[in-house]
Amino acid sequence: MNTSARPEAREPLLVRLAETGRRPVSFVLDGQPVAALAGDTVLTAVLTHTAQLRRNEFGGEPRAGFCLMGACQDCWIATESGQRLPACGTFIEEGMRLVTDLRVPA
Amino acid sequence: MKASLQAVIVGAGPAGVRAAQTLVSHGVRPVVIDEAPRWGGQIYRQPPAGFTRSSRTLYGFEARPADALHTAMAGILERVDYRPGTLVWNAEGGQLDLLSGGKMGTEPYGQIIVATGATDRVLPFPGWTLPGVFTLGAAQVALKYQGCSIGSRVVFAGTGPLLYLIACQYAKAGAKVVAVLDTGSFRDKLSAVPAMLRQPAVLAKGLYYLAWLRAHGIPVHQGVQLVGAAGVARVAAMRWRDGHGEHELACDAVGFGYALRSETQLADLLGCRFSYSHLQRAALPERDAAGRSSVPGVYLAGDGAGIMGAEAAEWAGERAALALLEDSGRPVDATHASRAATLESRLAHIAIFRKGLERAFPFPEDWAVKAPDELVVCRCEGITAGELRQCALDTGAREMNRLKALTRLGMGRCQGRTCGLAAAEILAHACGTSPGSVGRLRGQAPIKPLPFAAMVQANGDAR
Repeated sequence: MNTSARPEAREPLLVRLAETGRRPVSFVLDGQPVAALAGDTVLTAVLTHTAQLRRNEFGGEPRAGFCLMGACQDCWIATESGQRLPACGTFIEEGMRLVTDLRVPA
Repeated sequence: MKASLQAVIVGAGPAGVRAAQTLVSHGVRPVVIDEAPRWGGQIYRQPPAGFTRSSRTLYGFEARPADALHTAMAGILERVDYRPGTLVWNAEGGQLDLLSGGKMGTEPYGQIIVATGATDRVLPFPGWTLPGVFTLGAAQVALKYQGCSIGSRVVFAGTGPLLYLIACQYAKAGAKVVAVLDTGSFRDKLSAVPAMLRQPAVLAKGLYYLAWLRAHGIPVHQGVQLVGAAGVARVAAMRWRDGHGEHELACDAVGFGYALRSETQLADLLGCRFSYSHLQRAALPERDAAGRSSVPGVYLAGDGAGIMGAEAAEWAGERAALALLEDSGRPVDATHASRAATLESRLAHIAIFRKGLERAFPFPEDWAVKAPDELVVCRCEGITAGELRQCALDTGAREMNRLKALTRLGMGRCQGRTCGLAAAEILAHACGTSPGSVGRLRGQAPIKPLPFAAMVQANGDAR
């Protein structure tokens, strides 16, 4: 699996402080089965496992969202089938297959 | 027989909900279109179904107005055509283009109340695109809407009332707040007190937040300059400068912003005339005391046409709805006529308080001067301050849309919502002029990116 050079990129960015009693939802992140909670956005579901949503299509550096209210449009993430989802405005669903380490074509 | 109105309200925050309630109470059934899945706007954003924290926990001192607004909308749901989760991405010739659940749609309007709200005003610093750096509003959404902190050691930076509020909310929720870095000074805050006394409760809350942070040992540094965020794959430290030199704080998240900016793109597409506000340092759609724009049938309410705060947004929403009724020949009784006058006088009153806020949390006027050439201004396409300056120098571009055409700034996925104000500051400085004289990025449809599948489907439907 393609991993970022630095291990801290694989450490979660977001920390759960409350509302942890919700129903678990399983999904697949970069090929690995992982769990989120019902009511998580895709952004929350991913960034409680890792520290990026994708790589920027121009410079290739990691991105992990910015405004969380749909204005900056910087939080999109790819599904395994190539669909782009706005991560802060989409709820996680059972069985979603998401990819954070999408390589920029050379 | 009254002619039927085709009233549409865009936005279901404080302004939109009060506008809807006012129309409903006069027998009009408005269409209420909102991007969020539930009503409340950003300030009173409701968590998804199944979350259990009390409104006191979620909204603090604002629990009562939040509850009141949520209840007001719940009470009229049967009498409005409510369209949550729906984006308005274009407006033209009496029709709105919509995207909802991945599907395109249209909605005609006869009268429209634009209550599109605000987002954080962003002035970038080096490293602001690193994972872990978010806006202050984002930090608040993470906590309120998702029960999450943006990191385990968080620095809050920039300026504005939200800076102190969010730091308190995070610390109370159990997050480690490393420090609060305010680019405004203590002297700024003192000089603002006379105007702030217009809203003593707001002033008292501000003082409470500051005292609470101090009492809980959270460092608050005022009058600082933000140098930048450091880190490779994610933020690892925040650097800042004061009279004693440069400092570095280890952290794994930064929330920052410089108060708020109005979300004006829909007003722009509707053809509203704009003028530059020196107080708000932005071009804003013009509105009269009642909320009428320069375009007949188009009304503006709340933070989307100039930052005034949630309470004033409720008044403005109600006032704009009354104006819509008056202009449409709907009888507004004496009680409502006097109510309209009361609302206008309250809104005028807020304007003075608003000047106080600008003094307490001033825009850092030297930001463009100090922005280094390598600073990424446009995070969509990675365009730097140096490229913008070079473009101005090489081509003589002195206007924002010219700069956009030449550099692609503002052409990315955010359509300039994030970078537009900062770029105007850079261009104005490069040209030796004021930000008010370089124009503004024109709104373009679609306001936000549309999924390809939806366009294919819409095309198929048309055939």
